[in-house]
Amino acid sequence: MPNEPKYFGESLPYLKPFEKKGKLIAIEGTDGCGRSTQVALLKNWLEVRGYAVVETGWARSNLMHKSIELAKSGNTMDRMTFTLLYATDFADRFENLIIPALRSGHIVLSDRYVFTAIARDVVRDADSAWIRNLFSFALVPDVTLYMKIDIETLIPRAIEGGGMNYWEAGMDMHMGQDLFDSFVNYQSALITEYNKLSKEFNFNSVDATKSVDEIQKDIREIVKPVLAEKPKVKK
Amino acid sequence: MKVFEKKHGYPGKLFIVEGVDGSGKSTQIDLLKKWLESEGYSVFYTEWNSSELVKETTREAKKKNLLTPTTFSLLHATDFADRLYYQIIPPLKAGMIVLADRYAYTAFARDVVRGVSPKWVRDLYSFAVKPDISFYFDMPIQIACERILSNRAEIKFHEAGMDLGLHPDVRESFKIFQGRIMDQYKKMVEEFDLTAIDATHEIHDQQDVVREKVSECLKGYSTKRTIYAKRAKVFWRKFTVS
Repeated sequence: MPNEPKYFGESLPYLKPFEKKGKLIAIEGTDGCGRSTQVALLKNWLEVRGYAVVETGWARSNLMHKSIELAKSGNTMDRMTFTLLYATDFADRFENLIIPALRSGHIVLSDRYVFTAIARDVVRDADSAWIRNLFSFALVPDVTLYMKIDIETLIPRAIEGGGMNYWEAGMDMHMGQDLFDSFVNYQSALITEYNKLSKEFNFNSVDATKSVDEIQKDIREIVKPVLAEKPKVKK
Repeated sequence: MKVFEKKHGYPGKLFIVEGVDGSGKSTQIDLLKKWLESEGYSVFYTEWNSSELVKETTREAKKKNLLTPTTFSLLHATDFADRLYYQIIPPLKAGMIVLADRYAYTAFARDVVRGVSPKWVRDLYSFAVKPDISFYFDMPIQIACERILSNRAEIKFHEAGMDLGLHPDVRESFKIFQGRIMDQYKKMVEEFDLTAIDATHEIHDQQDVVREKVSECLKGYSTKRTIYAKRAKVFWRKFTVS
């Protein structure tokens, strides 16, 4: 069954079985690796080729937007609360956007996916079994593009691209004397974690140290075969 | 992580009450609080679904009926986590007595009735600490429903489980929903070793039993209030960033 949805664990018990006509493409990579730029380019390319695309991104649900902002502005410092805020945001987008879009044959481009939550939490010493259970209802993407970058290349990009912020530097973890040290230590830990996840979940790595155009070319090469398995028309 | 496997090692004590709406649990915890304070203990009280962080979001989402069983469950877990780390564990570390009106068991009952997996929701809350005593106020469903239906002019949409589409009539839906929740509670009494109290007894008789159990648990515990004897209402002062 090519269109049988595949989940990390058990699917939501109340979710009606459905035929997954669309494709789920996740793009992962640490802060400032150029993910959003690539998502925009890929979306455009797919649409030109006639595919209907739905884009979704981390913390973008209408439901949780306000609470997440409130938390980020300093009204909580607890890791578990943060994780659950993001999980609620994800579940909302998953049930109300991702599933319906896949059901109707769209290509879903997910700027960050559950791996982001796992990486961030494991860096913060979370129980890895707990976090995996939390997201066990999520669909396994058809392809997970991983924009692999090293810390040396990331630093100048972060500075040129709007600067380092409090959360991207993991300042809640007190990993350095100043913003810069903290950024380097935190992002290095995240990259290490992403690399581990890449092996465990068979990510398709893309060398994100290349130029924007070259990266996009590589991404398209990976995406093409996924599109080729077109769902058969059922009578 | 197994759910509520071991006791918390904090110097404080945690007592919680559970039961369906109308079982009288809030009255009982209120009386317990008055008594403990009169005995000179430092008491901290917290209730389900009251964290500032998600209050607004939950209220709005419920009003507009935007929630799925999973987001409903996760929002309440977020509320719980926020209160656990700000209102439950810090006072326990400070050696206070914490009283909670509803605990994770409420989620185990309600969320499962709404359709989430029992195992998933139990694992979700596995970061919680095990209460020293969990009182469950047991009452026949008819009496509990009558109490609520006769005392309240309006039953809220989610209180009646209207999101489940059980019955078009709010009051009928309420009865079915509460009945199912009660079934879940009944199963949990053994699973989590809840202390069942017969909620059909007179209020003061129930309170006697509650106080007796609490006294027993407080043997050897002696932390009393400071000489200032002020009542702690907020453990953490919130701050705003403008």
